[in-house]
Amino acid sequence: MTKRTFNVWRGDGGAGALAAYEVEVNEGEVVLDVLHRLQATQAPDLAVRWNCKAGKCGSCSMEINGRPRLACMARMSTFAPDEAVTVTPMRTFPVIRDLVCDVSYNYQKAREIPSFTPPPDAKPGDFRMRQADVQRMQEFRKCIECFLCQNVCHVIRDHEENKESFSGPRFLMRVAELEMHPEDTADRRAIAQDEFGLGYCNITKCCTEVCPENIKITDNALIPLKERVADRKYDPLVWLGSRIGLRKGADTPLPPNTRTTTATPEQ
Amino acid sequence: MSETTRHNYDVVVIGAGGAGLRAAIEARQQGRKTAIISKSLFGKAHTVMAEGGAAAALGNVNSSDSWQVHFRDTIRGGKFMNDPRMAELHAKEAPERILELEHWGALFDRTRDGRISQRNFGGHEYPRLAHVGDRTGLELIRTLQQRVVQLQQADAAELGHPEAMLRVFAETTVTELLTDASGRIAGAFGYVRETGEFVVFEAPAVVLATGGIGKSFKVTSNSWEYTGDGHALALRAGATLINMEFVQFHPTGMVWPPSVKGILVTESVRGDGGVLRNSEGERFMFGYVPDVFRNQYAETEEEADGWYADPANHRRPPELLPRDEVARAINNEVKEGRGSPHGGVFLDVSTRMPAEEIMRRLPSMHHQFKELADVDITAGPMEVGPTCHYVMGGVEVDADTGAARVPGLFAAGEVAGGMHGSNRLGGNSLSDLLVFGRRCGIGAARYLDGLAGERPAPAAADVERLAEEVAAPLRRDTGENPYQLHQELQQTMNDLVGIIRRGPEMEQALESLEKLRERVASVRAEGGTAYNPGWHLALDLRNMLAVSEAIARAALTREESRGGHTRDDFPAMSPQWRRTVLAARLAGDRVELERRPLDAMRPDLLALFDREELSKYLTEEELPPAEGADTASKEEK
Ligand SMILES: Cc1cc2nc3c(=O)[nH]c(=O)nc-3n(C[C@H](O)[C@H](O)[C@H](O)COP(=O)(O)OP(=O)(O)OC[C@H]3O[C@@H](n4cnc5c(N)ncnc54)[C@H](O)[C@@H]3O)c2cc1C
Ligand code: SF4
Ligand code: SF4
Ligand code: FES
Repeated sequence: MTKRTFNVWRGDGGAGALAAYEVEVNEGEVVLDVLHRLQATQAPDLAVRWNCKAGKCGSCSMEINGRPRLACMARMSTFAPDEAVTVTPMRTFPVIRDLVCDVSYNYQKAREIPSFTPPPDAKPGDFRMRQADVQRMQEFRKCIECFLCQNVCHVIRDHEENKESFSGPRFLMRVAELEMHPEDTADRRAIAQDEFGLGYCNITKCCTEVCPENIKITDNALIPLKERVADRKYDPLVWLGSRIGLRKGADTPLPPNTRTTTATPEQ
Repeated sequence: MSETTRHNYDVVVIGAGGAGLRAAIEARQQGRKTAIISKSLFGKAHTVMAEGGAAAALGNVNSSDSWQVHFRDTIRGGKFMNDPRMAELHAKEAPERILELEHWGALFDRTRDGRISQRNFGGHEYPRLAHVGDRTGLELIRTLQQRVVQLQQADAAELGHPEAMLRVFAETTVTELLTDASGRIAGAFGYVRETGEFVVFEAPAVVLATGGIGKSFKVTSNSWEYTGDGHALALRAGATLINMEFVQFHPTGMVWPPSVKGILVTESVRGDGGVLRNSEGERFMFGYVPDVFRNQYAETEEEADGWYADPANHRRPPELLPRDEVARAINNEVKEGRGSPHGGVFLDVSTRMPAEEIMRRLPSMHHQFKELADVDITAGPMEVGPTCHYVMGGVEVDADTGAARVPGLFAAGEVAGGMHGSNRLGGNSLSDLLVFGRRCGIGAARYLDGLAGERPAPAAADVERLAEEVAAPLRRDTGENPYQLHQELQQTMNDLVGIIRRGPEMEQALESLEKLRERVASVRAEGGTAYNPGWHLALDLRNMLAVSEAIARAALTREESRGGHTRDDFPAMSPQWRRTVLAARLAGDRVELERRPLDAMRPDLLALFDREELSKYLTEEELPPAEGADTASKEEK
């Protein structure tokens, strides 16, 4: 057992500041354990979002000594013995309270992506896909939606104005995943560029660096998606499709009414 | 704080795990305006943690598999305490539900011929678990989440708004169900975690899909969400809980370091070849094969090891016995001084397969041990011990519709009881969520048809009283710290109603719970209403107490040992007790038990077992007629 200094950002939407705590730390603990001890002993109302405490749900994202990380996977033994630990909420999203952010931007972006579209005559059980065909997409589906990549991407990190037209690495990766699905029949290449802002990404790989699932977001999803988008311009099928109104090869549009910000309809 | 928002829905689903999402999808597909309420963010529910897979007799890896074999395994695992109709529906419908997920975009691991691959798991005769590495729950949640989005997109196109028919209320906690004067469901009351604002959902049908109760125990694989809310909500609304004495302790939780004690080590480790050893290096499970399973499990290491490659000609390794057996064996090894340094036993894959194969088959286990315990599982053994994992007990429901005994109330998933009997097989939960989630969605829709537009109205006074109750801990100037009370509750349950139970200890537990109840009634939460975890915990405590009392009382009453209920003072299984289901209900604020007969198995289902096996579980009078008379009874059906 040792004592540590924890500087924790406390406050809500408008205002807040770092509060310093001296807190006990035991062998094998992670930052989230220490935050829980703070709740139990000194700060009962300290707001922290968490769930699995095993790196599986992506709830406990925050910035620890300036680095975007999962608090439940940040071991105390990785800090120098006398290093103070500073914990702040993710910077790219509005703060609700203390370490908890409003991440609704991400759910909004998810809803704009045309869903998986199997062939119209396919029935459950029809698919035959080899492991090699699904492996690439499975890498992307490891995503636990911690939104750390979204948080770190410079396109929106300090640029609120880009949020409308940029879906962020997590959701561009989702587009890539669907585009690679052997049984998918939609074509999201045009909207990837025009609506989801693929062009903003200048492959800095910051997203890849923070991904707790070690997904190669940039190399395996974003760059291949960029290539597909580039190919599309010269794809004779698309050209023909758009001339004669063929379904195959036609660009799938943004799903209607998913980008509206009107109040919910009931009552 | 006095703000209360009101919403109107046809169906309110409480819970956004596998069961809740599947129920909501179905209710929406049935044309009902549906709300999904969840304590955590959308896509983070506990189901996300499931690792090993979802059991379904697809027969893709071994074509001998069938729903009958799955049914038989499920009944054996549950020690014949399962609701036979639920087990039947589950075994029959699981394959369809898995294929439907694939059709919605799930990407399971594949067989060589391009179909869904299946893996071995404890208690399953054939490779049966559809899986994605060791993150199957994540795939399930994400697929259902994306299906919800797809339905919302369709509604947006057709009706102008994505939330016109299906809306998710994330980070919202339901604290009470609302009923009308005649006791029918009229809606639900709760608060928004982010703001503390109160919400009333008016709805004639409510589906409970709130998951489990593990947070009442100190060592658990469960997250903070598992405070038994749905169990307690059902009790307070007048419904009954059955089988609450049956709590599954998973044999392999992490034991070191202390901060991760209880976190799950998936059973796939054993399914894929991992073995258990004690401090003397002995594969001790060979010494723990109980009589009822003697014929199905190997007696030598050689035979056991042969099974992985050639299951037709070898019996299964005893490491793959049902969970209750393995958990008790580990408990005993530790008690007798053959444990590992930190009070567990050793689970080893490092000497069983090459490092690359471990990395491919068990990536998240490798990650978990590396990150949290500094152990490289490709180089050495893990230390593991039992951890509270799953509650077999839950809301008493009708198998076909998921309807509870309160009109308008439905339950699916871990919060529902009966399906798994006294012990759940690994992989049977994820399939259970899909099968009965869907059935609840349909059940709720049919119930609404029956109401023909009538909407039971909640009493206004109820809503005011509930708001008062919920705000009370924040208004107190004195009172104990909720974190402290929670710790004491967990310690009590762990020590006195844990894996091995004794009459006097459980009586002591009930006394302690009684004292805790008074203290919880005057618990104090500091701070304000916005995202205040201390306040949230203060409110959850009441639910944990109710559930703990139900568990302790049922466990004290059942004087036998079976599955997830082991009595030191009644070590044998009793055929008489097998016929008795204990149902808990609330009388005033105390839990009372009623005894119910367990439904008998239909003759055609009974015929799946041989008489010798049945005679180990059933009373003489329940047994089918001896050989010879057998064919006649089969023809009747
Ligand atoms: C580590 C681990 C691994 C597992 N692995 C497997 C496996 O491989 N195979 C298998 O079959 N099973 C497995 N299980 C079991 C299985 O995951 C669970 O039983 C199952 O996911 C429960 O699902 P559910 O839909 O019933 O509830 P959950 O997924 O737990 O969802 C409960 C939902 O209810 C909400 N909720 C709860 N209370 C309230 C309230 N008061 N108000 C509003 N919302 C509320 C929660 O926020 C949550 O959204 C595992 C369990 C654990 C812990
Ligand atoms: S690689 Fe692209 S998406 Fe990723 S952080 Fe850089 S700019 Fe953002
Ligand atoms: S891609 Fe990685 S960093 Fe981004 S949300 Fe998913 S898990 Fe998190
Ligand atoms: S709590 Fe689930 S990822 Fe940290």
